[in-house]
Amino acid sequence: MRRWARDLALGVRLVARGGRGAWTRLTLTAVGVGLGVALLLLAASVPAVLTHRDDRTNARDFNEASGRPTDTSVLYRPLDTEYHGEGVYALAVQALGAHPAVPPGVSRLPGPGEMVVSPRFRAALDAPDGALLRERYPYRVVGTIGDEGLSGPREYSVYLGSDTLTGSWRGNAQRLDRWGSPTPDRGMDPVLLLVTVLGIAALLVPVAVFVATAVRFGSEARDRQQAALRLVGADRATTRRTASAEALLGALAGLVVGAGFFLAGRRLVELLSFDDISVFAGDLTPDPVLAVLVAVGLPVAAVLITLVALRRVAAEPLGVVRRSTTRRRRLWWRLVPPVVGLGLLVPLAGRVTRSGGSLDTAQVAAGLVLVLAGTAVLLPWLVERVVGRMGGGGVARLLAVRRLQADSGGAARTVSGITVAVAGAIALQTLFAGVAHGYEKPTHQDPRAAQAIVTDNRESGPAQRAALAAGLRRSTGVHAVYAFGHGAVFVGDDGGSLVVGDCATLRAYAGVAGCADGDVFTVGTDRSPAFRPGSATTLLVGAQDRELRWRIPATARTAVRSAHSVEGDDRAVLLTPKAAAASPLPPAMPTTAYVRADLTDPLAYDRLETAAARVDPLIDVMRVSGGSVDAKFATVRTGLLIGSIAVLLVIGASLLVTVLEQLRARRRPLAVLAAFGTRRGTVGRSVLWQTAIPVLLGLALAVLVGVVLGGVLLRMTAEPLWFDWSGILGVTGAGAGVVLLVTALTLPAVWRMMRPGAMRTE
Amino acid sequence: MTAPLLVAADVRRSFGATPALDGANLSVRAGEVVAVMGPSGSGKSTLLHCAAGILLPDSGRVTYDGAELTALSDARRSALRRSEFGFVFQFGQLVPELTCLENVALPLRLAGTRRRDAARTALEWLARLGTADVAGKRPGDVSGGQGQRVAVARALVTGPRVLFADEPTGALDSYHGEQVMRLFTESARDSGAAVVLVTHEPRVAAYADREVVVRDGRSVDLERAR
Amino acid sequence: MSIGLTLLGLLESGPRHGYDLKRAYDERFGHDHPLHYGQVYSTLSRLLKGGLVQLEGVEPGAGPERKRYAITDAGVTDLDGWLGRAEKPEPYLQNTLYTKVVLALLTGRSADDILDTQRAAHLALMRTLTRRKSTGDLADQLICDHALFHLEADLRWLELTAARLAALTEEVLP
Ligand SMILES: Nc1ncnc2c1ncn2[C@@H]1O[C@H](COP(=O)(O)OP(=O)(O)OP(=O)(O)O)[C@@H](O)[C@H]1O
Ligand SMILES: [Mg+2]
Repeated sequence: MRRWARDLALGVRLVARGGRGAWTRLTLTAVGVGLGVALLLLAASVPAVLTHRDDRTNARDFNEASGRPTDTSVLYRPLDTEYHGEGVYALAVQALGAHPAVPPGVSRLPGPGEMVVSPRFRAALDAPDGALLRERYPYRVVGTIGDEGLSGPREYSVYLGSDTLTGSWRGNAQRLDRWGSPTPDRGMDPVLLLVTVLGIAALLVPVAVFVATAVRFGSEARDRQQAALRLVGADRATTRRTASAEALLGALAGLVVGAGFFLAGRRLVELLSFDDISVFAGDLTPDPVLAVLVAVGLPVAAVLITLVALRRVAAEPLGVVRRSTTRRRRLWWRLVPPVVGLGLLVPLAGRVTRSGGSLDTAQVAAGLVLVLAGTAVLLPWLVERVVGRMGGGGVARLLAVRRLQADSGGAARTVSGITVAVAGAIALQTLFAGVAHGYEKPTHQDPRAAQAIVTDNRESGPAQRAALAAGLRRSTGVHAVYAFGHGAVFVGDDGGSLVVGDCATLRAYAGVAGCADGDVFTVGTDRSPAFRPGSATTLLVGAQDRELRWRIPATARTAVRSAHSVEGDDRAVLLTPKAAAASPLPPAMPTTAYVRADLTDPLAYDRLETAAARVDPLIDVMRVSGGSVDAKFATVRTGLLIGSIAVLLVIGASLLVTVLEQLRARRRPLAVLAAFGTRRGTVGRSVLWQTAIPVLLGLALAVLVGVVLGGVLLRMTAEPLWFDWSGILGVTGAGAGVVLLVTALTLPAVWRMMRPGAMRTE
Repeated sequence: MTAPLLVAADVRRSFGATPALDGANLSVRAGEVVAVMGPSGSGKSTLLHCAAGILLPDSGRVTYDGAELTALSDARRSALRRSEFGFVFQFGQLVPELTCLENVALPLRLAGTRRRDAARTALEWLARLGTADVAGKRPGDVSGGQGQRVAVARALVTGPRVLFADEPTGALDSYHGEQVMRLFTESARDSGAAVVLVTHEPRVAAYADREVVVRDGRSVDLERAR
Repeated sequence: MSIGLTLLGLLESGPRHGYDLKRAYDERFGHDHPLHYGQVYSTLSRLLKGGLVQLEGVEPGAGPERKRYAITDAGVTDLDGWLGRAEKPEPYLQNTLYTKVVLALLTGRSADDILDTQRAAHLALMRTLTRRKSTGDLADQLICDHALFHLEADLRWLELTAARLAALTEEVLP
């Protein structure tokens, strides 16, 4: 122990007195490790972020009340919408009892004509381009929603006070007696859990691999230093201990830098939102256990890694002899981790399905970590084998290949982080693409016939309906509006839509031909055939749910729809205005309008919303889409996407540091090459080859591992095997792109080192 | 007497606050071997680097074959070094990852010679310097003297018009040192090349036709002193 | 080697008594062979006769040791000529060369100049020998090598001496 202390102290002194080289090395290590630490801390904060967010959204959630209204009852109507392409959490509320319950973060329920808004919403209202929003919500702002009532700092949310809500069965609102969803969240189903476990493994293993390589920065200079120590009589154990001092210092400095990065990033996090997700800085708190694990584990790991790495290097007094040059890397033990990992995963085939089956998280996580980490272990062997066989082509290739042969381990280390990250991302993507279709809920809407559906629950007559249509039509980007009275029609238990509109509207609705005012049509498809003319029906219309009896006239014309309806309600009875007047239907009915418009620009959608709100704020505008993804699944996908990008970027940044460091060690040869007249282009190309070869090998390995791993996991969920090759190509390309970018960024440094002044620097 | 091939006139060059050259002169005629002598740290290597266009002087002119080196672009100077000059440096000059043979072939490859031909020529030169047996080894695996001779082979392999050598015999015993010097002087006389030779050893300098002494960054012409 | 020129060199920094001259000589160059008084006075009287030194004054008291000698302009010229001239390169020159370097340093002249002059002369001879070596037979080569090594040793020793003494004077004379 005393010896350890003494040798570590010596190592620390060597760094402190080591001059610029040692300090540069230490700085690079600290920055590299720091980036990794920041990412680890970020990952360690994910549980806290999710819990706090869930707590808050649960607290402002609501369940429809049953039984008699109470003192605290509130009528509500969700009006979720979009603004500038981002989601808006909007809820119309109306006090029913004398002491209405208030949602979290709100001090007083807004009265009619008032609203309470989130800070971001208020900022948008006050912004110069906020006119659309102000028109959409012509309410007085009477308060701000506190943080405890928001899912994130950059959420658009608003509570609108209303006096036109009605709470009956088919009314325009429901009733709640208290805020908060008492039923706990339904929990993650096993498939989602599998995806999440894989996601976290795919994020963390590359970071860990990267940190492991970062503590080996500058190993060449360190090796030389060790040789010098041996020369003055230090034994091998001593040199190893002094060398680990530098790794230890680097790791500790990296912890400090990483904590700094994390704290700085934490202050910036509230400025970001990604796909409607934003995070409070306060929520970004690392799990204490994980944080301690990072703080203690990292320095210990740094020392261990150095000790293990130095076993390959025999520091002899007269220079450093690398054993690797004489002993080739062996394959068999490198195969152990991935094989064991697959061994843990394969037997789980078919065990995990959405409904049933349970996931042994520990077993899966262990398997994943082994396979992914195994990739990093396999890579040096692969690089050595392939590079060893290569011969030179041009001078640039020759220089690169010889350099790689001399230090294939270093080359493999450089790209191992990227390799593992890409392998993980591919596995994730494969699993994801395979199970995703299970989460796509068909909406039975046909986005070709109309791009938005506007629902107006007020009971309005033809004049009001026409005014609504005209209001919508004025909105820019809108091509056509078909507004019709909307109800339901039943024959026994079979239901269909009841539509009252002029001939043009009916043509747009169901494609009926040869229409004249006074006509009645009954339409359907093969699967839901039309009601027969002459059938006795029950009509349901409007908020009062009046049940009316009506017999479809025998003269009604039957038609088979050529296309599905926009909303998927294929069976319908259509009445022209004169026919409606002849029926027991009241003149005032709820209105639905089909809008044909180009809504690809979020602004166009905002304008349509505003146009509708100008007629009545409670009018609902809905985008028509072919299918919607389960919201929770979408959240997971988004989170993983952010993670992959962050990991690739961080690894890219650190790769830059590594390559610069490797170049620094090569100043002398570069200067000599420059001295006898080597072209810059030649050296540039050799640097490119030198990165490109290991990168290509790494990516090839990554694709192999990723596809196999993804396939195994997909088998686990019993979904059919399907590979998203374009996605795989995308991820691989992103990895390659990062490397190319890094190489391009290092070229200026190469040019600088080729200045002959560098020739004599020792 | 022929006109000088390479002239460095009143060259000054500082590294930060250290003035390495403070008005040094050097002129070399074709076929002439000039020894540069002087105490350690006096600026010999710096003068050599300036004369070869590796370093740009802060002031003063370097002309080669009538063209002013100091006015050429970096690319042109690189091309000149590639095609006209040969170098033996004082420190770590072999590319450590390449084999000795590849190191010797490198200038030829850079000049565009085909791989096969470059290797053949390189091997001939290694043999002439008595180091053919280390052709396949890496510089790290050969002795200092062998490495030095490999570097000499690399400098001569392109048949340069000016050969710059910084302590080329520093790591060699007398016998091999003499062999190298004989090669230098012969190649200079045969092909009309000029040799600029930095050395501490009078016996090596005795192979030169003339010596220039550098002291405190200034050159002293001994012909005038004589 | 000339005792006369050496004494002239010692006198250049200022007039001295004969007794002082002997002491200064013995200290720097005498080593195993201190000068006899007789040698000193006979040399001085030769220099007096040649006009290279002059008597500066006689102090009261008896005996030759009371006389002070000073160098004349002619003496300085002679000394300059000697110090600036290369010795004929031949082995075992060190006594003369050493004396020259010391005197140069003592009299504020540049030891480097002496060194450069001598180096040029040595190298000229070495060049000739080197050239002869390349044309001669083995015996010739070996003989030339022997001479070359000795000449080189001389030059190197001289360089070292100059460097040592320069460092020393820097210490002694601020
Ligand atoms: N790249 C550099 N950076 C800083 N100082 C330098 C550099 N190159 C040379 N010098 C300084 O310039 C001076 C002359 O150096 P130079 O290498 O030319 O000497 P030299 O005569 O070749 O010495 P040696 O015989 O030891 O090789 C020295 O003081 C040296 O420290
Ligand atoms: Mg030098």
